[in-house]
Amino acid sequence: MNSSIRHMLRLVPVLFGSTVLTFVLINLLPGDPVVSILGDQASPAQIEDLRSQMGMDRSVLLRYFDWLMSALHGDLSRSLMTREPVTEVVVQRLPVSLQLMLMAQAIALIVGLPLGVVAAWRRDSALDRVINIGAYGLLSAPAFILAIILIYVVSVRFGLLPATGYTSIGTDPLANMRSMALPSLVLAATPMAIYARLVRSDMIATLQEDFILLAKAQGHSAGYILFRQALRPSLLPMITVFGVNTGVLLGGAVIIEYLFALPGLGSLMVDATLNRDYPLLQGVVLCIAVAFCLVNLLVDLAYLLLDPRIRHE
Amino acid sequence: MNERSAKLRILRCDAWLLLALFWMTLLLSAALLAQWLPLPDPANDTDYTQLSIPPSLTHWLGTDDVGRDLLSRIIWGARISLTVGLSATLIGLFVGGVLGLSSGYFRGYYEEAVLWLIDVILSLPPLVAAMTISAVLGPSLTNVTLAIAFIKIPAFARVTRAATLGYANREFVLAAHSLGASHRDVLLRELLPNVFLAVGTYGLTSVAIAIATEGGLAFLGLSVPPPAASWGALIAQGRPVLAEAPHVALVPALVMFVTVLALNVIGDASRKRLDTRGAAL
Repeated sequence: MNSSIRHMLRLVPVLFGSTVLTFVLINLLPGDPVVSILGDQASPAQIEDLRSQMGMDRSVLLRYFDWLMSALHGDLSRSLMTREPVTEVVVQRLPVSLQLMLMAQAIALIVGLPLGVVAAWRRDSALDRVINIGAYGLLSAPAFILAIILIYVVSVRFGLLPATGYTSIGTDPLANMRSMALPSLVLAATPMAIYARLVRSDMIATLQEDFILLAKAQGHSAGYILFRQALRPSLLPMITVFGVNTGVLLGGAVIIEYLFALPGLGSLMVDATLNRDYPLLQGVVLCIAVAFCLVNLLVDLAYLLLDPRIRHE
Repeated sequence: MNERSAKLRILRCDAWLLLALFWMTLLLSAALLAQWLPLPDPANDTDYTQLSIPPSLTHWLGTDDVGRDLLSRIIWGARISLTVGLSATLIGLFVGGVLGLSSGYFRGYYEEAVLWLIDVILSLPPLVAAMTISAVLGPSLTNVTLAIAFIKIPAFARVTRAATLGYANREFVLAAHSLGASHRDVLLRELLPNVFLAVGTYGLTSVAIAIATEGGLAFLGLSVPPPAASWGALIAQGRPVLAEAPHVALVPALVMFVTVLALNVIGDASRKRLDTRGAAL
């Protein structure tokens, strides 16, 4: 129990730091947001006007403090372009990104785990080599390259799935799945390869253990031994990787959503960046940072809960 | 495993490594010699009679959708991608290395502060941080390099700190201390040479990641501004014409993929070769 509280307490300074970092990145770097919003032709009076409207004429510390206080109350100010409250836009966009990431994680686990198990079981066989090379290739392929190749093969060549467009799950679940299939597949590629490699190396060690020999002697089937007995000890380290992968997914989702025109947080962030909509960008980046920290906290807590060695310490 | 298959395995690994080295040599020399190669101007040599033609004898890799030679654009793009990849890694290596080395050596509150800083940087997914920095600073070669260097700091700091912790209590460091060496001497003469190997082998892999990240930023239009174009921008340019002229996007995509793959292969091989922990025992 103590250690879980310690984990949560550690999160506070990190979260504080990441609000500072977000704020510093967007407000203190050279490059005046006001000028870039209005363009080069703006008169000094116009610039002054917008500056005071945005509260940019006050000191940095004050601005940070104000922003932090209203952020704590759930108010992330308004988007410069649409004048909508940032919090509302983020809440609107969140489900799409969540669905994308959940589907990607699910695909990665469903495909990656068995591949890793099979590779460990048939170690050094041709199959193992193919899986290994495949995983290595997937890890070397940036998400947008995979996306282009998949769009070309699946959508352009065979016309199986749509390359862009989004239907919400409420309107038409089937169309929704079709529009999410390619993006989540692309996003799943890296975590899938990571899971497969991790399970393989972990299980090769497990398969040398005595209890596996015993299970074989007892005449259990290969499937039973592999998935019910040998896989179990490997699942625990997977939780940590799950957390790390979430970061990969959050970053990858930005490009994938933009590429497939999905209305999620990632494409919102790209829009905010390209339009230089600083309050929006700041809000989205903060939400992503908080979400990422929370996932890592949950991973740590799950680890504490599940690993008896740490639990009983 | 018997001896023969072990030998085969080594040969196979080396074949991949040789291919990777060959590719990187080819790419590096093409990028370095770009201005002397008989290539059309990558940015301005538009030929409206030859739009998006597939690879042919006059245009080895075809032309893009405004009739520019793709081979030339890829080679000139390689200069940008490789420059960003290498310099971002070097800057990240330097800053992260200094932080990691000093925090692993001095410990105490300073170490806590550095660890906190690393956690804070890591609280943003790398690409999100790089995008934000690049967007706020404005797209240019320097800025995109700095943005990518920034997200590289945590990894290098962690690797360096871990390696430093392993050496900081060893006898040779104690000996240096008792001989009256200053902190600076211990850090630079005793620890740095040992730590550098562990961190340096991570460098090549890091260049691969940096090239991929730059590609992602360029794909979003957040890297070097046009008419200069890195590989990511070339791929983004080919995206709208994927149906009519797939080679415009697929050729640069393939080049980038092979380069990242080659760097990873070389990085892994050098890590295996230089990893003396297992070999010494």
